[in-house]
Amino acid sequence: MSVVLEAKHINKYFKKPLLFHVLKDINFQIKKGEFVSIMGKSGCGKSTLLYILSTMDTDYEGELFLNNELVTGQDRNHLSYLRNKHIGFVFQFHYLLSEFSVLENVMLPAKKLGEKTLKEIEHDAMEKLKMLNIGHLAKKRASQVSGGEKQRVAIARALINNPSIIMGDEPTGNLDSHNAENVFNIFKALSEDKGLSLLVVTHDEDFANKTDRIIHMGDGEILP
Amino acid sequence: MTNWNVILNISKTHLLTKIKQTSIAALGVTFGIGSYITLVCFMTGLNAMLDDLILNQTPHIHVYNEIEPSKRQPISLYDGVNGSFNVVRSIKPKLSQKKIHNALPIISYLEDNSDVRAALPQVKTQIFYIAGSIEIGGNLTGIDPLSEAKFFNMGDYIVEGSAEDLSTTDNGILLGIGIAKKMSLKVGDRVQVSPINGGIFPLKIVGFYQSGIADLDAIQSFTNVKTVQRILGEANNYITDINVKLHDIELAVPLAKKIEQQFKLTAVDIKTANAQFETGTTIRNLITYAVSITLLIVAGFGIYNILNMLIYEKMNDIAILKATGFSGRDVQLIFMSQAMIIGFVGGLLGLLIGYGLASLISTIPFQTEALPTVETYPINMNPLFFIIGFSFAMISTFLAGYLPSKKAKKIDPVRIIRGQ
Repeated sequence: MSVVLEAKHINKYFKKPLLFHVLKDINFQIKKGEFVSIMGKSGCGKSTLLYILSTMDTDYEGELFLNNELVTGQDRNHLSYLRNKHIGFVFQFHYLLSEFSVLENVMLPAKKLGEKTLKEIEHDAMEKLKMLNIGHLAKKRASQVSGGEKQRVAIARALINNPSIIMGDEPTGNLDSHNAENVFNIFKALSEDKGLSLLVVTHDEDFANKTDRIIHMGDGEILP
Repeated sequence: MTNWNVILNISKTHLLTKIKQTSIAALGVTFGIGSYITLVCFMTGLNAMLDDLILNQTPHIHVYNEIEPSKRQPISLYDGVNGSFNVVRSIKPKLSQKKIHNALPIISYLEDNSDVRAALPQVKTQIFYIAGSIEIGGNLTGIDPLSEAKFFNMGDYIVEGSAEDLSTTDNGILLGIGIAKKMSLKVGDRVQVSPINGGIFPLKIVGFYQSGIADLDAIQSFTNVKTVQRILGEANNYITDINVKLHDIELAVPLAKKIEQQFKLTAVDIKTANAQFETGTTIRNLITYAVSITLLIVAGFGIYNILNMLIYEKMNDIAILKATGFSGRDVQLIFMSQAMIIGFVGGLLGLLIGYGLASLISTIPFQTEALPTVETYPINMNPLFFIIGFSFAMISTFLAGYLPSKKAKKIDPVRIIRGQ
């Protein structure tokens, strides 16, 4: 199985207010099709790690590989491109552009990538929405749909460019148990049916137990 | 690679959903540019009118024979008192002729010069207007009416009759309106004039002249050069003044100097004659531009403020755009394009409003004794003002948008996403 994401000797320090060693020598790999969760107490650095892996945070030591390509030290525009093409993101809060329609929200990353025509993008976006059973919401304003639906729109948006990996920062943290279950099932199906890699930071033990692998973190280290 | 479609689409959505703020920002630009256009059209219109008032009638170079004392008195030519301190009392002006010697060859020489538009002869003399037993002193100037009308806008100051009438009527006179009032004369009447050396000549009134300067209108009349020469009993080479009009007013000073040296005549250029007038024009322009630029800067700060607020409101959007693969530059372009759209729309509206207001002002009646031909407020609709106004709208909105958009470019998405 090919390796999608690999972290080598990642160290990170917070310099303010005091020098603080947040992440201590993090090493791990995520293979294609793997569904991995990261668990740990609040403040153990799991979200910090996730944002480094997402390429949004560049202030760290060590090396990060995405599809066996070294990401560390690339310029910001290239990182934006990598994020756009290879990484889908789902946050705890729904983070949709509230002034745009659901369909436009989903289409936006693909428009930015610009590899397909507008027609193809629209078609793809409708496919993704239908796959997540929210096709009927396409024309609604993002601010007018419910929380669980918003999270599914966010997942559809994460999928639009057929990324190598989907990252989630507590994607179910803000949802009731029914919707949380729903989101988990979507992730599971993506991993099993489409061979998509997933990396999810979570507090929810039930959620984590159902994933392929759990990375436990404590005090900035990966616990064995 | 920049995907302008996507970026413009996002800024369009931002602008349209915040239509109130957008219109207020755009209105700021509109009023700034609108008042700039109005102000500058109006002020330069007034300036041009005042310039015309002086410049149209004034020759660029006025050549004549000055009556003045000799610079070197005879005593200084005498070697016997050389080196001593001489006092000459009661110096008299040198006796010389009023006419310009060889005037006609000089005129044709000047007309051959490629810088000269026209060199027109005049004959000036003092006369009396005779009304019964009353004699009123005045000036009679012999002119070439058609050329004067063509090159010195004489026609603007003829309130009744025309320059053609004067040129076609032998023994015609264009009477100052002040004299006409004093003597209750109308066009078609005859007026008797008497030169200083005696004799009475009846002249036919073909029109009235009103310069706007009451004192002048009470003494000044015009007639043909030949008529004056006949009244004075002089030959047709008797010319007292030559008025020169140039293609380029800037050449007046050097050419005047050259004429003085070459012909030993007095030549006064327009700059020397109207120095204080030019100062007034410069200062009026300065005030116009100071006020306009202030208006535009105020509009610029309005845009800066609104964009700054917009960016604070859109923090989440910025974070999400960056997280989904939009680069800092894309985000900056989104906000820059919003600023430029506001500037573009506001600027265009401003040009329209400025044009409308200026047109409106140009229809307001403005009648004054001083300016017989002006009926409404003067407006100078120079396309250059519209170009300057629009460019300034674009530049000021660019600057006003640049700083906030740079901030948006630098926003760290992780801080926003984790901060919630």
